[in-house]
Amino acid sequence: MNIKNTLIAFPACLLILLIVNLVYVSTTKRPQLNQLVIGSIGDASFLNPVLAQDTASSDINSFVFNGLLKYNKDLILTGDLARAWAVENGPKPRITFWLRRDVRWHDGYPFTSRDVCFTYETIIDEKTNTVRKSDFELVERVEAPDPYTVRVTYKEPFSPALETWTIGIIPEHLLKGKDINTAHFNHSPVGTGPFRFVSWVSDEKIVLEANDDYFEGRPGLDRIIYRIIPETSLNEMELLTGGVDYTGVFPHQYTRIQRNRNLKVYKQPSLGYTYIGYNLKNPLFSDKRVRKALTCAINRDAIVRYVLYGLGHVATGPFPNHLWYADKSISPLPYDPARAKVLLKEAGWSDTDGDGILDKDGRPFRFELITNSGNDTRRDIGVLVQRYLRQVGIDVTLQLYEWSVFLKNFINPRHFDACILGWSLSVDPDAYSIWHSSQIKDGFNFVGYKNSEVDRLLVLGRKTFAIEKRKEIYHEIHRLIHEDQPYTFLFVPDSTPALSIRFKRMITDSSGKQLLVPIEMTKAGLMVDIIHWLVPKAKGPVISQI
Amino acid sequence: MIGYFFKRVLKSIPLLFGITIISFAIIHLAPGSPIGLTLNPNVSPRVVEQMARNYDLDKPIPVQYILWLKRLCTGRLYSFKDGKPVMGKIIERLPATLLLNAMAMLIIFTVGIPLGVFSAKKRYSWFDNLTTFGAYLGISIPSFWLAYLLILATVKWFGYPVLGIRSFGLEGGTITTLIMDRLWHLILPSIVLAVEGIAVVSRYTRSSMLEVISQDYIRTAKAKGLSEEEVYFKHALMNALLPIVTILGFLIPGLISGSVIIETVFAWPGIGRLAYQAVLARDYSVVMTILTLSSALTLIGNLVADVLYALVDPRIRY
Repeated sequence: MNIKNTLIAFPACLLILLIVNLVYVSTTKRPQLNQLVIGSIGDASFLNPVLAQDTASSDINSFVFNGLLKYNKDLILTGDLARAWAVENGPKPRITFWLRRDVRWHDGYPFTSRDVCFTYETIIDEKTNTVRKSDFELVERVEAPDPYTVRVTYKEPFSPALETWTIGIIPEHLLKGKDINTAHFNHSPVGTGPFRFVSWVSDEKIVLEANDDYFEGRPGLDRIIYRIIPETSLNEMELLTGGVDYTGVFPHQYTRIQRNRNLKVYKQPSLGYTYIGYNLKNPLFSDKRVRKALTCAINRDAIVRYVLYGLGHVATGPFPNHLWYADKSISPLPYDPARAKVLLKEAGWSDTDGDGILDKDGRPFRFELITNSGNDTRRDIGVLVQRYLRQVGIDVTLQLYEWSVFLKNFINPRHFDACILGWSLSVDPDAYSIWHSSQIKDGFNFVGYKNSEVDRLLVLGRKTFAIEKRKEIYHEIHRLIHEDQPYTFLFVPDSTPALSIRFKRMITDSSGKQLLVPIEMTKAGLMVDIIHWLVPKAKGPVISQI
Repeated sequence: MIGYFFKRVLKSIPLLFGITIISFAIIHLAPGSPIGLTLNPNVSPRVVEQMARNYDLDKPIPVQYILWLKRLCTGRLYSFKDGKPVMGKIIERLPATLLLNAMAMLIIFTVGIPLGVFSAKKRYSWFDNLTTFGAYLGISIPSFWLAYLLILATVKWFGYPVLGIRSFGLEGGTITTLIMDRLWHLILPSIVLAVEGIAVVSRYTRSSMLEVISQDYIRTAKAKGLSEEEVYFKHALMNALLPIVTILGFLIPGLISGSVIIETVFAWPGIGRLAYQAVLARDYSVVMTILTLSSALTLIGNLVADVLYALVDPRIRY
């Protein structure tokens, strides 16, 4: 009977196809190519350094574009497109950049000071939807006296200014007269960087290839492919099968991936910290002793050990300890519930009605701790903190909200008791927008921290260029904020990227011989010297290995 | 029939408008905004306000709705996230979603219908019991969990990349390699996507078959001397498949709107993932356009189902 056979034949065909495919795929050898596949959770948005806000876009832009300056592996500013620069101090300081003369855009057009002026003009244009505007608000004017000199005059001394010139420079000849917000350029960029843009399939991949004409020499890798894999555990799967060569690793994956012999997992403190911020307008938290007691009651070492699997260290204040402007002599408040109880008693909190919860003037010590959902680390911290504070007689309820709800309904209207959040910092120590009292109303000082001495030092730090003086200023800020404990500073997490071991770094030693060495993680991360990376092949130039 | 068809189409237009107005209201009721979603200490609030003005987000909601409609019709609607034209973004994703869903549909019907037919034929046999058990399992297993299990198993046993729409580093391989690689990446997500459909379709087919074979005309067919096989697979099956046709109509919107979970778990660059991320980022223009498209498709799917029904079943007339 025909119909009966068809009914059996169709599924049978499917099954055969499946088996053939399985056999074919599992017996095919994949070629080893000289390319790096990076796994990322999010897709890029704007491949234009002026408009980009997210990490994915910044990652790509750092390969395609150059700034005037860049941070080297020790996080010191060095020249990139600028070969030298000079700062003239004064009430209206002036920075002069002398540009390299050997730089060409990927389309062959020469790079000149006009491009720098154009980048600046684009950023400050009202119509440009860029968040970078704030960085350049203190600029009075940018001039180009000749094609290879740029002179920037500031309205007042502003030491983070140098850092702002690490922003990628965009080409005037391709963007002049176009609407920057919707230009096609944003999705097929032309830069000056070591890799040129090839293609972008949204939510799948972005392909870059080596720029043969790069002013520091052609990169060792032929291609970089940026793959979008929307979930961390899936990134791990791809890392194990070789579908991805490089990706960031979460603490719970660290040991598991470390065991794989084809991969190396690196570790370096990151530029940022996680904290519990207390709303200082709330009478519960207005007393410094109470805030200190809260910090003492929370075992931050245990949080690092259990939530981060030991991949981080306890923070002492607003600056991570591995940076020059952090005061390393400060040690974190100890975990000491007994001391916490004493401090709370001094502040008038005791359990008078015997219900296990501290109270004062008939009001129990009870508050809501909020954080954003979708971040398991913060949720776990919340649960632990709830438990630690319960032990000293404080009743905490934990609430998670979706990110935009969290910002719009709680953080922005300052409508919260305490929140768990983290800051990612830039390399420059300026923390004016987080701690200055002028930022309480609608800035990022949403906890409402106000200390006139800190205010004064923050302003001074912004006006001082000399690094030794700045060091003193920020050490003092670090001490004062540590003393006030407006936050419970929890930890500085480690950044832990994983990379396939087939990648090596090519260096030239003093005798001019080329050597392949393993890739090392620096303070500035793994990718600083990516132009020297390559995959050594069996054939090709003879290279001795260390 | 044709008159009925046009009347239905005309009636759908105000309905579609109503849907867009309600969706627009609901999306804007949810807190959040496409800009200022980062707590970046280097960005002053003044700059965020300026951006809101540039994006017309300071205007009242009804004005924003009119602006959206105008831009959608003139093709000048851009995504908040990356400034790309919205229709371009959706069309870019369409092939991946279509491919995945077409494959899943193929699996659903080629596996589901025979399963139902044979289990009805041998009612209460071990085969029927097994299919029944399998169907309930298929309906109740969470698809993301099944997906993770399958991914873990393939990675462990085959050690070959399974996520995404293709493998990297195969550029310049032979045509066979490329096709096989595409197929390999397609198989797992389409199986996971099909599991529930197979279960549902096989159940439908089974009960519909059972209903038909108890009818009088089946007895008549048997009485006039037709073989058991011919009665079952020709007369009974054709009539039993009528309700399945309607299911096909309802599956059409799913073809385009894609599956959020499966596309995310398999890193599949389709429309479901686009919609999901747009919702999280409050990318109003993208969310609204996808919603409008999928509601339009639902309406079309309903219409197609009704028309198909009339075409295959002479008893139904409009």
